Amino acid sequence: MKKRWIALYVENQVGVLSKISGLFSAKSYNLVSLTVGTTEDVTVSRMTICVSSDDITFEQIKKQLNRMVEVIKVIDLTEVPIHMKELMYIKVWAEKQEKKNQLFQIAQVFGVNVCDYSNDHVILECTLTEHRNDDLVALLKKNFKKIEVVRGGTVAVESVSTFCR
Amino acid sequence: MQISGAKLFVKALAAEGVDTVFGYPGGYAIDLFDELYKQDNAKIKLILPRHEQGLIHAADGYARSSGRTGVCLVTSGPGATNLVTGIATANYDSVPLVCFTGQVSTGLIGNDAFQEVDIIGITRNICKWGVTVHRREDLGRIIKEAFYIANTGKPGPVIIDIPKDIQTSLGPSEYPSEVNIRGYKPIENVHIGQLKKAYRMLKSAKRPLILAGGGVTRREAFEMFTKFAEQTKTPVVTTLMGRGSIPTTHSLFVGNCGMHGTYAANMAVSQCDILFSIGTRFNDRITGDLNEFAPEAKIVHIDIDTASISRNVKVDVPVVSDAFTALSKLTEWAEGDAEKLEHIEGREEWIDKIQSWNQENPLEMKVENGVSPQAVIEAINQSYDHYQVVTDVGQNQMWTYQFLQMDENRRLITSGGLGTMGYGLPGAIGAKLANPEENIISVNGDGGIQMNIQELATAVIEGLPITVCIFNNGYLGMVRQMQHLFYGKRYSATCLTKRRSCPEDCKGPGEQCPAYTPDFVKLAESYECRGIRVTKNEEILPALKAAREETKVPTIIEFMIPYGELVLPMVKGGNPMSEMILKAKK
Repeated sequence: MKKRWIALYVENQVGVLSKISGLFSAKSYNLVSLTVGTTEDVTVSRMTICVSSDDITFEQIKKQLNRMVEVIKVIDLTEVPIHMKELMYIKVWAEKQEKKNQLFQIAQVFGVNVCDYSNDHVILECTLTEHRNDDLVALLKKNFKKIEVVRGGTVAVESVSTFCR
Repeated sequence: MQISGAKLFVKALAAEGVDTVFGYPGGYAIDLFDELYKQDNAKIKLILPRHEQGLIHAADGYARSSGRTGVCLVTSGPGATNLVTGIATANYDSVPLVCFTGQVSTGLIGNDAFQEVDIIGITRNICKWGVTVHRREDLGRIIKEAFYIANTGKPGPVIIDIPKDIQTSLGPSEYPSEVNIRGYKPIENVHIGQLKKAYRMLKSAKRPLILAGGGVTRREAFEMFTKFAEQTKTPVVTTLMGRGSIPTTHSLFVGNCGMHGTYAANMAVSQCDILFSIGTRFNDRITGDLNEFAPEAKIVHIDIDTASISRNVKVDVPVVSDAFTALSKLTEWAEGDAEKLEHIEGREEWIDKIQSWNQENPLEMKVENGVSPQAVIEAINQSYDHYQVVTDVGQNQMWTYQFLQMDENRRLITSGGLGTMGYGLPGAIGAKLANPEENIISVNGDGGIQMNIQELATAVIEGLPITVCIFNNGYLGMVRQMQHLFYGKRYSATCLTKRRSCPEDCKGPGEQCPAYTPDFVKLAESYECRGIRVTKNEEILPALKAAREETKVPTIIEFMIPYGELVLPMVKGGNPMSEMILKAKK
């Protein structure tokens, strides 16, 4: 089992998201994350789907997606150079100044913005890779008594100049 | 000029060449029915079955029998949900259907209005395509796309949900003549390189075997298929849906493979070195234990559905193509190779070996008392030179599968993938409507026939002289068989004679049993059908003769089958195909 990514162009219509996600539940495929938004063409949506599967199942997933009438194109992003980020907000409960200072240092090291601040809360705005977001969540969990995590799922685009991921 | 959605609906059906609509009206489909009523010289015939499940099975039987698209028209809510089993049935067996469902007005959708259900949501995973029409101007395009999608590529059922206000509101009168769906481009050709590779492997094989599935019969590639087997001197086994691809009397036909296949066919699969498969998805009923399936073979898989390839079994040469296209190429190449193929060596030994397996364990049934199912099927073989036999599901289906002679003119229509009880009678009604001149014989068990028995009325009012055979053994026989073999003879809920008054420690059927209900002969009479009960083997042929001579109403023949008869051979679900139960301990 490993993580793999698919970019999916679909018709921007009622019920298509449900049809795609329904496939994953009907066939017991392991869906990790799914993001969707319209493209430059408003009749087309692009989904970035992350699944966790073995090789055979992944082949089957791509074929099953491909045979759907509403699916325009399936792109396997697993092995191609891409830019990939996940949007995440983290609300951290931090009352003491010393904890806040620690948090600012962490934010600086990870390269994320502090986008909101009050006496007892700080909100971080992170646009990192999924793995980097995982690391940040783990670190904050260890160091702060309470955090709230809102993750947006990964979006990816094929790169134009680099050949590494 | 602007016309109502309902008017455009009728115009679209006419443009698609639809001659028969299977419809059951209701509050949210009434406008569509009204337009069908008003059509000029009633080109589109409206059939009114007695239940929507019977309705869709009839449309399915119509489609399988004729190759044309079956059309259903029902109302919203319960009308739509009653289609669900039939949609799944058609989906599993790749049957082209277009189902129109009424829907509450667009403004009411989501309000839990009277008779509102989200039928598109309910059927999302069991149809090829489904859509609710939200805008009147999209209606024509959507209907056009529906017919195109249903009957191209791997055919399947499509659902068009039309809200009441879309039916009544005015909009463009044009019905498009072309479709262009960017996400749907059915495969119409074949990768020559891959197919050549497969063909070369077959030629060089020592112990080759062709496995034919429903793809061959669905595309009616009978002649080419048989020719190809002959050209390459390759023995053939078939699945349930593929039986008849090559005439069952042909010397190269080994038998059916799979759970209730013949000993020789399953042994051949287990020992072949090339398994050349066309139009099958390697269902678990064919493969059994996947680790033990065709262990010595390289597998060629030709199928129209890319998702079927390398899903269940690991395939060495995948070829994406429909059976017809692939076989036209294959026969063409074999034609060119005729001389080389003439001198192909080593095949005789392999064919002899298969024949010796057939002699070792031939397919036969011995019945001591009462009517033998095998004798009934063989009487059908003798009584007609062309027919379409429509079965229900269970033992009746498997006996038909085992013993019915099939070829291009003698076909089987059966719910193979989903295994839907209640298919046999309405399916036969649809087949007869599609082919009024054909001998249509419906084979059922006493369990399944009761699931859609109300459709006798449809057959009577339409004046369809179909022959309805009921194998009555008083049990849900196929489940009873599994209980008998694998569940310590604990016959939980399979006796259909059992009443509240029966003793808890029932030791099995006997004199003391209550009468079977219903009395099928009396039931036939109450429907104005002909009813015949057959209790001895010698009554079988006369009963079939009487049915054949009947020209106006259905004939119901109830065959009193001994309750303990089993369908054998049998492979227990999940076991290797070489582990067949050949003989039963009574």
